Amino acid sequence: MTDTSLPQARHKRQLPQINPVYFVLAALIVAIILQNPAFVEPTGYMNFLKRAAPLAILAAGQLYVIVSGGFDLSVGSLITLVVVGSSMLLNNDPNATWWVIAVMFGIGAGVGLINGLVVCYLKVPSLIATLGMMITLNGAAFMWSGGAPRGYLTDGFRFFGRYNFTDLPLIRIFPVAIIVLVVLGFALYWLMHRTNLGRMIHAIGDNPRTANLAGVPVNRVRITAFVISSLSAVAAGILLGGFAGVSTDVGSGYELQAITAAVLGGAQLLGGRGSVPATIAGALTLTAIFTLLNFLGLPQPVRQVVQGLILIAAVAVAMYRRKHTGR
Amino acid sequence: MSDIGANAPRFVFRFDRWAPALLLGIALLVYVGIAIWTRQTQYLTLENLISILGRSIALGITAVGQTFVILVASIDLSVASLISAVSVLTSVIMNGNPAMMVPAIAAGLALGLVVGLINGLLITRLEVNPLIATLGMSLIIQGCLSAFVSNFAGQVPVEFQFFAYGAVGGLPFSLLFLLALAVAAWFVLRFTRFGSNIYSVGGNADAARLAGIKTSRVVVSAHIVCSLCAAVAGLYLASRLRSGAPWIGSDGVYDLESIAVVVIGGTILAGGRGGIWGTMAGVMIFSLIDSIFNLAGVDAFAKQVLRGIIIVAAVAFYTVRSKRLVA
Repeated sequence: MTDTSLPQARHKRQLPQINPVYFVLAALIVAIILQNPAFVEPTGYMNFLKRAAPLAILAAGQLYVIVSGGFDLSVGSLITLVVVGSSMLLNNDPNATWWVIAVMFGIGAGVGLINGLVVCYLKVPSLIATLGMMITLNGAAFMWSGGAPRGYLTDGFRFFGRYNFTDLPLIRIFPVAIIVLVVLGFALYWLMHRTNLGRMIHAIGDNPRTANLAGVPVNRVRITAFVISSLSAVAAGILLGGFAGVSTDVGSGYELQAITAAVLGGAQLLGGRGSVPATIAGALTLTAIFTLLNFLGLPQPVRQVVQGLILIAAVAVAMYRRKHTGR
Repeated sequence: MSDIGANAPRFVFRFDRWAPALLLGIALLVYVGIAIWTRQTQYLTLENLISILGRSIALGITAVGQTFVILVASIDLSVASLISAVSVLTSVIMNGNPAMMVPAIAAGLALGLVVGLINGLLITRLEVNPLIATLGMSLIIQGCLSAFVSNFAGQVPVEFQFFAYGAVGGLPFSLLFLLALAVAAWFVLRFTRFGSNIYSVGGNADAARLAGIKTSRVVVSAHIVCSLCAAVAGLYLASRLRSGAPWIGSDGVYDLESIAVVVIGGTILAGGRGGIWGTMAGVMIFSLIDSIFNLAGVDAFAKQVLRGIIIVAAVAFYTVRSKRLVA
């Protein structure tokens, strides 16, 4: 009796195991293609992926903090700081690219470290800690640029966000941003789902006390999660700097979009559950929705309303599923 | 248990309870110190203190409502856009006609009621994380609002401007109103069954449910109180600006500032502990910080940087002593 019921039970369980975000993404892409047949051309979908890359990387980094049970609201203003700061540091000198990028990652690591230390040792809830960091970094970006950012980003710096390999066989163009997305996406996937660090992050998000008793170095792992999130924000900022201009509001709103993407990908707020590929799919879904709304000629306010509705609906559906599948 | 109580000294200094007053004292000392140091002693008058408080009436009204929500371990990010929506709605309905004052106020409050009800139902019935539910709600309200208006809308009759500019017995009416609201909120939290239900649901929702409290009803009511307070803040701002501005809420960052004020006032984000007077102290601390910056002549961007740091430092002031793990 047992040996027949076991596979059956497993079969039953396998149905809801495919994350619904992939179906939603597929449906949206079909809808975009119906609206705009040019999307099947390589230029169409390559540009789409290129535009989605910063958000996807940012969301995958944010997922680390979400799974560990916190929030990181500081990423949007960190993006702004990266774009504004690099344009100041580059000072129109093409040779400066590499050390400026290194400095930016250094700043990102510092920001993540401070976030983590404040949360772990001052015991400030991450919502408030990163909110304070968001306000501070915004102010810092303004201070650094004196309110009106000067200069522009050199072509060397914009290479990652803007450059396309052209004249390739079959696909014709291939943006560098997609290579960055694939490499970082895979690295973040591997770190989250194939290493002990990922397991410990999950354990902390699920129950910090149990994780602590089981020997997880809670503070160190949590700080690492914040550092990863900040570093991914720096990467997203460098990509965004490639195709958006230098301004003091390039990053505003990105922190909420990143959280939305993670939630669409089935991440559980307050920790313990989340997947990097699904989060990237969530980011693509969000970008696809915006693209679709653009094609339909709907104005910005409608975009906002739709983002609000899908955000609520995604979480409501996730909660409903969790309650009814018992997982 | 009882004999420990008998042996303990009659007055036990409870840090949590006195921390807001302590912070307020520090802020006042710094203010006075800087005023004396920069020889601007003309600002050390009672009138000036009242005018400092007068600048944060809207924040105070919003924060009273936010206290209720945070006490039940929820949070409301939709207050800022609700404030904008109510201020536009009322001033459009009034449109300079004193006879339309009552319907306009009723409509504004009704909007608040509906938004609070929906927020509460999303959180209790659909079990959507409060952060996401109210964030989505905020996007929806802001989107709907900016679809209709993009500039000052409507006009407020002179009679209604009494709310913001009127004076009773030498004191600004709005300040007295805020005080009355705070006293009412304190009374509700301290002496009514609803108030004690709020503390029990926030402290431990499961225990509260087992004790026979209808927890979801309490959460929904708290959200309604919060949205009603935000609606009143919207009415106040319409009266102050003499017209409805669709950006007034997001410009004032009332969502995040009201949360920061509540938390600085010693109410913990996890719910169940805190109170109105702490929040009021938090509001005063915030307006004092602004005045200190003005006195000291800190430039606008540095002001923002310091503000972020101060928020985190003020919250750390309480939390650093706690032994529990935070998210």
